Amino acid sequence: MSWFLSWISGAILYAAPILFPTLGEVVEQRAGMVNLGLEGLMLLGASLGFAVSFGTKNPWLGVLAAAGAGLLANLIYAWLVVHRRAHQLAAGLALMFFGIGMSALIGKPYVRQMAPVFPKYALMGPQSLLFRYDLLVYVAFLLAPLFWFLLFRTRFGLRLRAVGENPAIAYAAGVSPSLIRYIAAALAGTLAAVGGAHLSLGITGTWSEGMTAGRGFIAIALVIFSRWNPLRAIAGALIFGGAVVLQLQLQARGIGVSPFFLDMLPYVLTVLVLLVWGRGVRHVAPASLGRVYFGTE
Amino acid sequence: MLSSWRARLGWSAVRLLLTVVVVLGVFGLFLWGLGRDPIKAYQDTFRLNILNSRGLAGVLARMAPLLLTALGVAIPFRAGLINVGAEGQFMMGALLGTWAALNLEGLPMGLHLALVLLAGMVGGALWAAVPGVLRARGWVNETITTLLLNYLAPLVVGYFVFGPWRAPELAFYPQTPEYPASARLPLLFGTRLHLGFFLGLFFLLAYAYLINCSRWGLELRTVGGNAEAARRLGLPVERWILAAMMLGGALAGLAGVAEVAAIHTRLKLDISPGYGFMGFLVNWLAFANPLGILIMAFLIAFIASSGFTLQITQRLPYAAVNVLMALILFIVLAKPLAQRGKR
Repeated sequence: MSWFLSWISGAILYAAPILFPTLGEVVEQRAGMVNLGLEGLMLLGASLGFAVSFGTKNPWLGVLAAAGAGLLANLIYAWLVVHRRAHQLAAGLALMFFGIGMSALIGKPYVRQMAPVFPKYALMGPQSLLFRYDLLVYVAFLLAPLFWFLLFRTRFGLRLRAVGENPAIAYAAGVSPSLIRYIAAALAGTLAAVGGAHLSLGITGTWSEGMTAGRGFIAIALVIFSRWNPLRAIAGALIFGGAVVLQLQLQARGIGVSPFFLDMLPYVLTVLVLLVWGRGVRHVAPASLGRVYFGTE
Repeated sequence: MLSSWRARLGWSAVRLLLTVVVVLGVFGLFLWGLGRDPIKAYQDTFRLNILNSRGLAGVLARMAPLLLTALGVAIPFRAGLINVGAEGQFMMGALLGTWAALNLEGLPMGLHLALVLLAGMVGGALWAAVPGVLRARGWVNETITTLLLNYLAPLVVGYFVFGPWRAPELAFYPQTPEYPASARLPLLFGTRLHLGFFLGLFFLLAYAYLINCSRWGLELRTVGGNAEAARRLGLPVERWILAAMMLGGALAGLAGVAEVAAIHTRLKLDISPGYGFMGFLVNWLAFANPLGILIMAFLIAFIASSGFTLQITQRLPYAAVNVLMALILFIVLAKPLAQRGKR
């Protein structure tokens, strides 16, 4: 029973850093943009957040710096896609290369260092070792319903989804598809980088090259699983978090399975999740997803 | 007709040159911002990788995997598929090739090597078949699955390299025993240049011929151009999708096994500095055009070699080269799509 509780407790912790980018990608894809650059944005956030936290001894400044950098970096993507009408997948992969390279440069002096991490707040009384999380975990899980409200219950959300479905009609109705897409990209970039920073400052407390290990791509898979719904994204993030923690627990117990096979668990699970829940989602997906909008010319 | 073709080629050359100048300028500013001397960095990379014959051979040696991984992306690309999984296919090719190298010892010289290379192709093809089947059936988009499989492949390789295949004499460094002599790709002229380079050229020519001049190429391009039209024409669209993925995977796998059989001579985890992703970049810059692939493979091979030069002379981490690649992609993507039409 205690094993089960610590599993749930850990799953919630590990769900947070992937929930941030997943929510961002939901918003971005609802506006009609697929961004494969999440992995790069997360790495950028993880390294810069760590570096700033190390330098200033304040993890919150680290998160702030990461958020700003993620926002700016994703504006490059938005500019390419919206303004220069670049192919979305290629632009996203370019952003991935950028993030991998920049994060290695930023993080190089900080390998094998420890940075101040977030204080933790217990959910079940101060004595309990379980269910103690830093503020960002609570923020992540609060953001999901907030984004659901934003997307489905506000005028802005309606406009954003309209742009994702059919930018030409949205434009005819007086909405600027470019502006909406820039805003969505800014949100997504910020969230992805914060997710990365949470990984290095909330969970590991260290930086290592490529430490996000494909979480940016798993987040994209979770968006498909969530059917572009922020509330379902919570479930996706918990499944992923649960897989990661299960793998860690099994390794700690030293069962006779190679750690390499255990490491595969989250990826295999993600592919299976896509296979089971990712089929026939085309009618749910935003209709203009991945398409270049050429304006009214 | 001919003159317009020449004019277009000339125009492309001008664009390429302009792109190179802009990229060098921006990356130079970037180096300068990091407190390095960009002029000296460029001089060093040029002197050590182009003017020096061993260095140039090293660049050509890097072209070998890049040509093959770029083709591994280009063939699915022509069928309308985005294969971002060449990195994983590269690793799996190296894995299965290593199995053949270590377990089929004793066969005649040429036969053993041929089987090793073939095993590498099978490894890459099987790894690519997973996203291929999922896509052909219309279940899961191939972009995301190929990306995810990139993270699985090194774990599979890691299992064998750290576990059953680990060479006992090098306990501190996980790697397999050396390939026997009969499984090695010969190095040429005492440099790093190896037979894999000519394999790459051979497959590039084969690709150029088959894609443009054969019925297979026409069918493949029809599937890529308009799958619905292809289906109405009675083409086996699902089979073509799977075939394109597996062919691409086979070439990326060949790149992996050739790299190990020529350069590393043992399987270990760090056999690829991102050749699969670089191949994707090469194909994207070339837009699956054979001549373009040749030129861009050289360019990216030069950049990859320069990354190692900068690592040594400027004490930059190798990953800095990813920033340079990103800059190139950013600048190419930012160019208006006039030539590419409305895709």
